[in-house]
Amino acid sequence: MTTTTEATTASHGRVGDSPLRPDGTLKVTGEFAYASDLWHDDMVWGVTLRSPHPHARIVGIDIAAALAVPGVSAVLTAADVPGANAVGLEHLDQPALADGVVRYQGEPVALVAADHPETARRAAKRIVVEYEELPAVTDPRHALDEDAPLVHANGNLVRKMQIRRGDADPTAPVVVALDFEVGMQDQAFLGPESGLAVPAEDGGIDLYVATQWLHVDQTQVCRVLGMPPERVRLHLAGVGGAFGGREDLSMHVHACLLAMRTGKPVKMSYSREESFFGHVHRHPAWLRYEFGAEEDGTLVYAKADILFDGGAYASSTGAVVGNGGTLGLGPYRIPNVHVDARGVYSNNPPCGAMRGFGCVQAAFAHEALMDELADQVGIDRVEIRALNGMREGDENITGQLIDSAAPVAELIRIVRDMPLPAERPADPDIRELPGGVSNTTHGEGVVRGVGYAVTYKNVGFSEGFDDYSTARVRLDVTGGEPVATVHTAAAEVGQGLITVEQQIARTELGVEAVVVHPKDTSVGSGGSTSASRQTYVTGGAVKAACEAVRDAVVARAAGMLQRDAADLHLSGGKIVDATGEVLAGLADVVGDEGVEETVEWRHRPTEAIDPVTGQGNAHVQYAFSAHRAVVDVDVELGLVKVVALDTAQDVGKAINPDAVVGQIQGGSAQGMGLALMEEIVVTDGKIRNPSFTDYLIPTILDMPPMKIEVLEYADPHAPYGVRGVGEPPTISSGPAVAAAIRAATGRALRRVPVRPEHITGV
Amino acid sequence: MRIELTVNGTRREVDDVWEGESLLYALRERMGLPGSKNACEQGECGSCTVYLDGLPVCSCLVAAGQAQGREVTTVEGLADGEELHPVQQAFIERGAVQCGFCTPGLIVSTHDLLERNPHPSDPEIREALAGNLCRCTGYEKILDAVRSAAESKR
Repeated sequence: MTTTTEATTASHGRVGDSPLRPDGTLKVTGEFAYASDLWHDDMVWGVTLRSPHPHARIVGIDIAAALAVPGVSAVLTAADVPGANAVGLEHLDQPALADGVVRYQGEPVALVAADHPETARRAAKRIVVEYEELPAVTDPRHALDEDAPLVHANGNLVRKMQIRRGDADPTAPVVVALDFEVGMQDQAFLGPESGLAVPAEDGGIDLYVATQWLHVDQTQVCRVLGMPPERVRLHLAGVGGAFGGREDLSMHVHACLLAMRTGKPVKMSYSREESFFGHVHRHPAWLRYEFGAEEDGTLVYAKADILFDGGAYASSTGAVVGNGGTLGLGPYRIPNVHVDARGVYSNNPPCGAMRGFGCVQAAFAHEALMDELADQVGIDRVEIRALNGMREGDENITGQLIDSAAPVAELIRIVRDMPLPAERPADPDIRELPGGVSNTTHGEGVVRGVGYAVTYKNVGFSEGFDDYSTARVRLDVTGGEPVATVHTAAAEVGQGLITVEQQIARTELGVEAVVVHPKDTSVGSGGSTSASRQTYVTGGAVKAACEAVRDAVVARAAGMLQRDAADLHLSGGKIVDATGEVLAGLADVVGDEGVEETVEWRHRPTEAIDPVTGQGNAHVQYAFSAHRAVVDVDVELGLVKVVALDTAQDVGKAINPDAVVGQIQGGSAQGMGLALMEEIVVTDGKIRNPSFTDYLIPTILDMPPMKIEVLEYADPHAPYGVRGVGEPPTISSGPAVAAAIRAATGRALRRVPVRPEHITGV
Repeated sequence: MRIELTVNGTRREVDDVWEGESLLYALRERMGLPGSKNACEQGECGSCTVYLDGLPVCSCLVAAGQAQGREVTTVEGLADGEELHPVQQAFIERGAVQCGFCTPGLIVSTHDLLERNPHPSDPEIREALAGNLCRCTGYEKILDAVRSAAESKR
């Protein structure tokens, strides 16, 4: 049986270095075991039957014809769920299998296991589900209307948040306003939802799965199976990208249900089409903003009304509303604030976490309006951001003190001052023009534009959430050499956490060899690989556990050497004194039994905000970034080529500078994608483009070269001074691209993705 | 049905292949070669790229039966024993690998590009790799890796 990835060791590299990934060789040779690669001699394949309707009553399900198909070993419906048929990250509002009603197109209704995936798919088509269609909420702007159909019995509001600060009825000499609309983006990770559930001899189950948070999955799977956590063991299989789309359950419970019923290992692996129905998306949003300012551009007030379409189930809509509300005015000093943010249920596809989480949508609106304000008062678009940009020591709109670096003005000026790309040559390479190899122009009708944007994003879980990570660190001597083993349950999804864990252990323990134990639930929770938090929080936990190991080793050495522990240090695999003189080998101190410590580590607590005023210390840390986009637009055909996408970001401390740059590059591409091309088109509650033929993500021809400047203003409250890295680039890149297209075309462009017809006006 | 083909230099006989199976499925699920990846299975992402008689193809779009009697080289067949191919080495060293799901297809496509054009310009690299989607890297480090691999072959 092939299961999860092997324990990974690798070579040198401490905090601040850029050692190579320990899983790199496995990944370039095709040997790395992703969730969809898992295999077992006796396994059968599971598939899902999904609802064709956005809203319908299930009148009856007849599984007889499916069960009769040769090779089929199980067909399950809601009636077969042994525990509570309810899952969900914030609210248990979603059934594992639809029970009596379906609330979105694609909702799982039944499961089939068979000896071949095609057999299972064909059998699933023979399940007869009789539906009675119900009126559906397909326009979330009417979800709260008096006469709107109810998606859930308790009403269609998931969460409303309001922020009230300063003068309730402010006025200003300059007023600008706009309405903005953001389409539904998909995470489009390349590794489809997959996993292998293996029944165990103790009556429990082992689930190998690609996910972002093993322990929150475990809790949900246990509830549905009606089994205690010690019998539901989760193991992280290789993860082919995540970006928020693996926070909610997909095939987890389904594979376990089929495995428990058949007594066999069950593999499930979604097709790309099913993947579009099998995970939540980024919330589409409708935003209405108004800024009031002095004649010189200094902001006096800001008002915002933000609506997020949560779709059929809540997922993390509440937290997205929280971010949209608390962060939705951008990184600016605004004395008077009036924000209403709402998330609603509809019968559209469920929406939840995606990189940037509630800030991405808002940034398109506040940055477009900031440009509008600059033009209105007649000052430079960069300087208006510098003028109004948040600074350390300010309070933000929830009254939270910004108590570490907030270099808004510096970041936006850095990107402005970077060299601009060369003018388009008289005879350009068509691959560098809008339309590219389609050969639609040789430069005629092409206009260049430049746009700027700046953002800030919270790092870690907020609003009083008990956000922690657990690390178990062990120091052994193997073959005479000290070896550290780091065990956390924090998911490596491609970002490079395993490299960072090794770097921290090497730094703190002074050893070279560091083994990263496979990620599983046999150690405490690592929290979610979300919210740009793992280097901060799990990094903090690994650091703390290493310190505990170091203290134990030093205490032991102090006893052996008859020295004061305060004088002893670990370096190069030795016990040394303050001058670096070697006093003992680690092997002599650690002995055969090794030293092991487990630490649960927490960052500074956050707090719930006041429900009336929206005031409170909602967030742990803020991360800032700025982008400048340069675009060439074929104004006759409405085609765009991004020529340059340059950025500056404060990362506090770059634990692994190469990986930091990789996050900034990849994150910027996703933001650019939303501005230009990425949208799940939903009409009447149905997804019209569930494929990579029709849902476009940037290719290597679409991405421009990027200039990147990384600032390191250490956050004194965070381990090593780190600041979360992964999300800000996805937030500020898109609005910069949109601004550049506006600059090139002179069009208002109040919706993203910007489509050709928006540019041409046809 | 049974198919016979040569994979990474070894003759293989594969039994019980259903006529509707793709070469990708047969490689992954019947021959123990899951290196070629199943990201879209409709020829859009390039993650399943393999050589078929020396030409790169999306193995998800080739019926397994079409590979009868032919030669297939997958990502698993590019290293020389323990020694990585320069393209593989460059992807590791240049940080072109994050989640890595696109990597096998990009390795094969880059291998093919450099066989045909040992010193490609940036626009040539971009055009050659336009059929390989990557969601993690923004492609910059992939370009670095291709340039570096080309340089190392000089």
